Amino acid sequence: MTFWHILLGRLTWDSLVFVEAWRNPTISEIIGGLAGGVAVLGAALLFGLITILGRWRYLWTVWLTSLDHKKIGIMYMVFAVIMLCRALIEAVLMRTQQAIAINNPGLVAPDHFAQLFSTHGTIMVFFVGMPLLTGLMNFVMPLQIGSRDVAFPYMNSISLWLTVGGGIMMMASLVVGKFSTGGWSGYPPYTELAFNGGVGPDYWIWAVSLSSLGAMMTGINFAVTVYKFRSPGMRWMRLPLFTWTTLCTAILMIFAMPPLTVATLLLAADRYLGMHFFTNDLGGNVMNFVNLFWLFGHPEVYILILPAFGVYSEVVSAFSSKELYGYTSLVIATMVIAILSFTVWLHHFFTMGQSAGVNSFFGIATMLIGIPTGVKIYDWIWTMFWGEVRFSTSMLFSIAFMITFVIGGMTGIILATPPLDYLVHNTLFLVAHFHNMLIPGTLYGVIAGYYYWFPKAFGFRLSEKWGRIAFVCWVPGFYLAFMPLYVMGASGVARRTQELFDPALRPWVIAAEIGALLLLAGLASLFIQLYVSIRQRHTTRVPVGDPWDARGLEWSMSAPPPEYNFAVIPQVSRRDPFHWQKINNGAYKPADHYRDIEVPKNSMCGVLIGLGMTACFTGLVWHMWWLAVCGFTFSLGTAIARSFMRDVRRTIPAAEVEAQHRRWLETTAAALPIPRHLEMTPENEGLAKWQG
Amino acid sequence: MRRDFITYCFGYLAALSLTGIAFACVFYRLLPPVQTFALVLVLALIQVIVHMRCFLHISLKRSARADLQLILFSAMIILLMVGGTLVVLFNLSARMM
Repeated sequence: MTFWHILLGRLTWDSLVFVEAWRNPTISEIIGGLAGGVAVLGAALLFGLITILGRWRYLWTVWLTSLDHKKIGIMYMVFAVIMLCRALIEAVLMRTQQAIAINNPGLVAPDHFAQLFSTHGTIMVFFVGMPLLTGLMNFVMPLQIGSRDVAFPYMNSISLWLTVGGGIMMMASLVVGKFSTGGWSGYPPYTELAFNGGVGPDYWIWAVSLSSLGAMMTGINFAVTVYKFRSPGMRWMRLPLFTWTTLCTAILMIFAMPPLTVATLLLAADRYLGMHFFTNDLGGNVMNFVNLFWLFGHPEVYILILPAFGVYSEVVSAFSSKELYGYTSLVIATMVIAILSFTVWLHHFFTMGQSAGVNSFFGIATMLIGIPTGVKIYDWIWTMFWGEVRFSTSMLFSIAFMITFVIGGMTGIILATPPLDYLVHNTLFLVAHFHNMLIPGTLYGVIAGYYYWFPKAFGFRLSEKWGRIAFVCWVPGFYLAFMPLYVMGASGVARRTQELFDPALRPWVIAAEIGALLLLAGLASLFIQLYVSIRQRHTTRVPVGDPWDARGLEWSMSAPPPEYNFAVIPQVSRRDPFHWQKINNGAYKPADHYRDIEVPKNSMCGVLIGLGMTACFTGLVWHMWWLAVCGFTFSLGTAIARSFMRDVRRTIPAAEVEAQHRRWLETTAAALPIPRHLEMTPENEGLAKWQG
Repeated sequence: MRRDFITYCFGYLAALSLTGIAFACVFYRLLPPVQTFALVLVLALIQVIVHMRCFLHISLKRSARADLQLILFSAMIILLMVGGTLVVLFNLSARMM
């Protein structure tokens, strides 16, 4: 035990990807080194830029330490988009590899390829899908229920920073050490010490643990908010549908994350403490890991999809200028999906060897989920029927979702049939299926929601032209990238294959490669859209705050909303309250009486706890025990110290609230009400003309 | 106030005696092992209900209805997860014999 060994644990020069690439300059290693270089340079560039612009203080006081649910939501989304860039580039690299590697070693070595699909999956699920949706829910849900914030703003900040900490670990694995090669599900015994002694599986275990802790706390936070923080009169059956899906998602998070944490911690116990939960020998049971993992994994699918269902419900209703068709059936369908999602986890391992009776039970339960989902699709279609439908970017993505998602659902029914599942188990057919669910079911939903609520968050609209260009990339890109995978999977090509041996597959892999490039172009066009929209924001401002003639309470305040959301907590008397206020001339009225408003003060404790836990878990990965102990003690100490702070709220005086509210009302009075067909033009200041 | 005090006292005594009985059964071997195990499980379940009723104030009253719903829902999910795991793993185990 030398000093260096105690200080650095398993970390040596060889752990750096650059050293590896220098010693063994194959294409695969050089790609790894370049990726590490991009990560380091990107971070350095970002820090340098902030320093040069002198924005640290602004960033710290206005954003990073903020407990405002709207800012936390936006930070979640920014974080997720950074992670999305990495994971999508990895996907393109994997597709390129398969396009080249027909009887040819291709670009990346098998071990490197395995890291690629493991990080791609882990990032897309835990650090893209969940943060994107958590961000949306964070921003929108309190506004929809007429609340000033979530129930526990400080815990919200901790959740964010735990998730970001997991993301930092994922990025660190690009530079020091290797990530797991065991896929996003990390099945033992392959990920056990006996077969995988390096840091890879440990990176996976601890990064995922951080994210799942954060997600569980988010779930508690959202559920309590919906239960306890609704404005007066906002009864259950008056909640907007996005809030309903948020509530169901929150409940899923509360119950689905613990099995994952248990599974990863038991695996950690095997790896660190010499236990035998999932080892091959001494009484370990691998199957229990698979069971625990999917007890989490299946509800997780609905954590990723339900919020998007909520987004579509809002978007379709607003852009069809109609009340949501079948509100009650949509609510019931959402709840049924949430409950059924806990009864189908076994369909992820039909081939594990249980009896036909068990398999058929879970097969039937799986098919049952198709019913409430079908109900939803029909409800959205009927919502559009005879409505004044405007084909905005959000609406285009929603329609693309309905068509594409149904195709994915059909292949899901195929996979839910155990005998058929045996044929395509672990083939590209499965890969095509779940991408077919998650890309329309999560990503399109997030894009639709992003376009829809962006004007609310920032006060100006996004470029419609670039939205359409993005649409043309994302939708055909998806079909090109994943339909060939169905064909290849049905003809027996295993997933996660680094090299192919049948030249007949060439057209399919090349089509998939073109699709992947189109998807990358889709991401690029979203960035261009943002850039262009910021450049032309003076022509697209919507200060009044209701650019789409929409129906929920979130549209009833200025854009961007004041810190406290509502100058006066609204009184709700029916569903779609803002729509009825507009009709009954109740909107845009000064209140009789303004009160002082209390908002949470900024706090650095969330950042500190998140980073402390990241240090702790990074210490565990590298066996730097001192770092693990220090990080944990630091986080615990911060949490305790914070609990003694009494002065955590700040009062905004009534006079200031009134002044701000009246200023906004003056803007409203000066604005020109515009009919819906002019909403994409610069005339739209966010005040809708009443059209019946 | 007085009512609360009585509830807490009752809960404390009930919890204590339920725990005591369980320990006594094991320590003095009053029953054969299988029955002991079953009895301990039943006592634990009663204990859960005592805690809910006396310490967490869960009741059928309207004001506590939301809490009751959440607890019943949690119970259902836990039943699904634990019960499902047992069925699946015992089934696998039986087929490996």
